[in-house]
Amino acid sequence: MLRLSPAGSGVYNRWTMSVVEIESLAKSYRVYQKAEGLRASVAGLFHRKYRTVEAVRGINLTVESGEFVAFLGPNGAGKTTTLKLLSGVINPTSGAARVLGYVPWKRENAYRRRFALVMGQKNQLWWDLPAAESFRLHQQIYRIDPAEFDRTRDELTEMLAVRNLLSQPVRELSLGERMKMELTAALLHSPEVLFLDEPTIGLDVVAQYKIQDFLKHYQQERGLTTLLTSHSMKDVAALCRRVVIIAQGQIMFDGSLEQIVDRFGGHKVVTLLFADGHIPGDLGIYGAVLSEEPPRAKIRVERAAVAETLARILQQHPIEDVSVEDPPLEEVIADMFSQVDEAAGEDSVEALADSGA
Amino acid sequence: MARTAVWWTILRISLEERLVYRGDFALGTLMRFLPIVTQVFLWWAVFSAVGTGQGGSDQTRIVGYSYHDFVAYYLLTMVVRAFSSMPGLASGIARDIRDGTVKKYLIQPIDMLSFLLLYRIAHKLVYYTVAAAPFALVFYLCRSFFPNGWPEPQVMLAFVASLLMAFLIGFFLEATIGMIGFWFLEVSSLLFVYMLFNFFFSGHMFPIDMLPGIWGDVVRLIPLQYLAYFPAAVFLGKVEGPDLILGLWIQFGWVVFFICTSRLAFRFGVRRYSGYGG
Repeated sequence: MLRLSPAGSGVYNRWTMSVVEIESLAKSYRVYQKAEGLRASVAGLFHRKYRTVEAVRGINLTVESGEFVAFLGPNGAGKTTTLKLLSGVINPTSGAARVLGYVPWKRENAYRRRFALVMGQKNQLWWDLPAAESFRLHQQIYRIDPAEFDRTRDELTEMLAVRNLLSQPVRELSLGERMKMELTAALLHSPEVLFLDEPTIGLDVVAQYKIQDFLKHYQQERGLTTLLTSHSMKDVAALCRRVVIIAQGQIMFDGSLEQIVDRFGGHKVVTLLFADGHIPGDLGIYGAVLSEEPPRAKIRVERAAVAETLARILQQHPIEDVSVEDPPLEEVIADMFSQVDEAAGEDSVEALADSGA
Repeated sequence: MARTAVWWTILRISLEERLVYRGDFALGTLMRFLPIVTQVFLWWAVFSAVGTGQGGSDQTRIVGYSYHDFVAYYLLTMVVRAFSSMPGLASGIARDIRDGTVKKYLIQPIDMLSFLLLYRIAHKLVYYTVAAAPFALVFYLCRSFFPNGWPEPQVMLAFVASLLMAFLIGFFLEATIGMIGFWFLEVSSLLFVYMLFNFFFSGHMFPIDMLPGIWGDVVRLIPLQYLAYFPAAVFLGKVEGPDLILGLWIQFGWVVFFICTSRLAFRFGVRRYSGYGG
């Protein structure tokens, strides 16, 4: 069991404390429920039904300095809620958390100067002005030393290849360029902790790759503690050694990507190249056939049965080449989410509550 | 010291942003002069009907106001409202709350109300710069409606003070209304009701000292008169001596009151926001 350090706000000792300490953190929301139709709308004017949604249900987690942790989970699993809690936007229903020794939802300026939150869907820059102006404002509100500011801004915009766009109004930038500017703005004050909520959402592959590449280098170089939520497995595979899987507001898994595959990838994909170019019709007896493109066929084989199945196939058929691979990560994760959903399906997540408001 | 630098930067950047929309700005500024023209003609027609001849004679009076008094009054409320009206403030705050932009003020070490106040000051400064020439022209053309010319220096000083306080009351009152967005998703109807009250009871529609009996008493008690009527009345010398000093103090009291309500609304609003939404 994790024990929160008793230190008061702002007293963070990097040698004895974890950067992020979360204990039994829970958050539930009340959501207005309305049945379909006009009648229900009118009824809703007088008597409203609310449903309590437990977005985060007792999370325990510690993140050490310099870790890059990914939160994975289906939509509505509680990932963003957790980031909101840690950045102090919302208060928890119960439980405790400390980031750099601060209680985030106290929203002390001293804490706010030491972290940054980047939301892929939110724009923080001044829309009609060049990004340089927004950066200047950040310099002031975060009280960054002018020389330091110039150096950091130049370094970041250089790394992200947007330096020549500094004087162009933000509204005229592409989505990818804007995201790079958002990242620059968030990193200008050299935060020690960075929360990234879907930073590559909606970006094309090239922009996505560039942002990943930047984050990877910058994070390693600075030893920045980073928490990321993303639906892009590419982001996660490229950046994070540690993956925390959240579903139904609870942590279902905490470990490396490889461990996920070992634990949840119950099968392997076997690709066979037939020497005579002919795919036998009874291939289905060895495992589910995934694709047939003569002379190649892919079948899905239970992990435990791979060796035995391969021996049988090699005995029966002329095989020129064979490869055994883990299934695509997306597939493993999707499988796992559905397993987790089924498991959690039995105990009710929501409690109905009436209230005449 | 550091704080002054922050404020200056916000002001400067806001000014730059306002200057981006110069076309919209110029047009909006000119359009503000249209209502005064219709008002001048409306009252001209009213006085013609009540009195005998063209625009009524100078003796024609409605509740103590001659046609000239009316026009002078309207011109002045136009100036006051250039200070006290806050287009888009309340609705902007409510929108920021609804679409989550308000998070910025929770995450960054910056105070929302100070930021918006500086933004508004920049907005107004640009507006005055653009509107100064048309205002001067209108007053020059209408100089005959001000037979007494400029008021005494002390009265002028009181007028300026009441203008600045009108700006502050307007700002913090509307900011408070916008913060209601923390509790209700939509504040536009509420805002409409407020605008309507403002129109009638600030003195924008007619001088509120025309209102008889209980209505007059009520309107004198609520703060809306300080958004239009009171500063105009100060300029026209309708409030003098101890009444003027008392009036300014009461106006100042309302400034403090609305600073407090907006602060409280923000504090409790954020508490609710972080409790329920986010």
